[in-house]
Amino acid sequence: MDLLTFRNVWVEYGDKVVLENVDLSIKQGSFVSIVGPSGAGKSTFLRLALGQEAPTKGAIDLDGRKLRAEPGPDRGVVFQKYSVFPHLSARDNVVFGLDCAGSMFRGRLSGARRRAALEQADAMLAAVGLGDSGDVYPAQLSGGMQQRLAIAQALIKKPRILLLDEPFGALDPGVRLDMHELITGLWREHGLTIMMVTHDIKEAFKLGTRVLAFDKRRRDPQAPHRYGSTAVYDFPLDKPGAVGPEALAGLGD
Amino acid sequence: MRRLLNVRPRGGLSVLLGLVPLLAVALVYLMASQARHAENPRDKLLPTPTAMVEAVQMMARVDPLTGDAPLVVDTVASLRRIGTALGISTALALVLGLSLGLLPLLRAKFGPLVAAIAVVPPIAILPILFIVFGLGETAKIALIVIGITPVMVRDLAAQVGAIPEEQLVKAQTLGASTWQLALRVALPQAMPRLIDSLRLSLCPAWVYLISAEAIAADVGLGYRIFLVRRYLSMDIILPYVVWISILAVAMDVALKLVSRRFYPWAHPARGR
Repeated sequence: MDLLTFRNVWVEYGDKVVLENVDLSIKQGSFVSIVGPSGAGKSTFLRLALGQEAPTKGAIDLDGRKLRAEPGPDRGVVFQKYSVFPHLSARDNVVFGLDCAGSMFRGRLSGARRRAALEQADAMLAAVGLGDSGDVYPAQLSGGMQQRLAIAQALIKKPRILLLDEPFGALDPGVRLDMHELITGLWREHGLTIMMVTHDIKEAFKLGTRVLAFDKRRRDPQAPHRYGSTAVYDFPLDKPGAVGPEALAGLGD
Repeated sequence: MRRLLNVRPRGGLSVLLGLVPLLAVALVYLMASQARHAENPRDKLLPTPTAMVEAVQMMARVDPLTGDAPLVVDTVASLRRIGTALGISTALALVLGLSLGLLPLLRAKFGPLVAAIAVVPPIAILPILFIVFGLGETAKIALIVIGITPVMVRDLAAQVGAIPEEQLVKAQTLGASTWQLALRVALPQAMPRLIDSLRLSLCPAWVYLISAEAIAADVGLGYRIFLVRRYLSMDIILPYVVWISILAVAMDVALKLVSRRFYPWAHPARGR
């Protein structure tokens, strides 16, 4: 089933075309990796899905309904940095989503409901391997642990789709491998739908069930800004005969 | 040879280093006072410590005419004025700073107004305040509030505006409304900065308080200093100035402790 559909989407800033004619849909349960050179509109594409930006032309549907151009609880997100709240302990960071849903005015649950929410948060922290770190502030966590926390925080809202914007870009190679395992495990277990922007083509092919490569289809040497990027390659990896990272060897140079 | 910026005093040495200049100032004063009194035993300009202690004792004694000790009523009156003003300013800065920093709509509407008010020298509008509010407490408190609030508002709005976009988006994906975001994301992160901003505002706040009291008051630390100035009573003025400094430092330290106690995440252990 198609979860998220981009229908003939264009994004323009003034006379600069960033994305042109993006026309694709994302199936529920898929893990879509998005690659492409810098400035190819990968992040803009993700911001569209997030609702941080509205398309200039075209339409985006989530679950068959028009997507509101505003971030909402049906779409979770993890950024490369600044995804967690520095003033809340790890546990409070995870409970935040439940606090907001359960307490309109105070933005904070209390009593038995708070205890139930904390239990749920602790389970989620344990699921991302932060079972012992509930009471510490993010600044005391390593980069990898902060990203684990950001994932737990997003997953507690059970989003329809999880958007990852270069989530492992700032991590050490070893930690990155651990995170690959974690995110693949969570994806299978929770039946998530994931869209991940990455610079690392190997990572894209390793994790994804589908790889979208963004780049410009046409170039105008006199006015390079007049042509936008689009998904120039779309590789399904979950079928026999799928290609590997070498298929994108020439991208973006 | 190590670079100067890498030489760090530790423990007792750093306390000692801090005390030396203070002691030096005290010593210089004593020597100068001694020298002047050797020439003229009735010198009023640099009173001896004994004279100052006597003056303070006199000011702290209950005056049979009024039934009050001047030092106590002055301190209470001044602290009440500055305390009320700081409270009002902090509340205003919190509400305005948060809303200006968080809501582009309000920033577009009121940002220029706050910026314009911030550049008006408060002392220049003191006569207006006296005309509008009379010579009572309101005008003095209003002067302090007008003097320090715009800077605090702008500082806080800038701080809230600098909260990374990622955090605001993240909060929205976790279902936070504008109100919840302001209350649970922006407000707590603004508080340590607001306290810092308040600490920095203490100095101008005292300046405005003393100015207002000097011009029109019948009680207050600033009033007393300007009153006894007529009699060249340095033996009262100097202890009063020291007392004001002690009060200011105490407020500053108290605010610092509050910030460390309630916002530990904003004070990570530092290397230097």
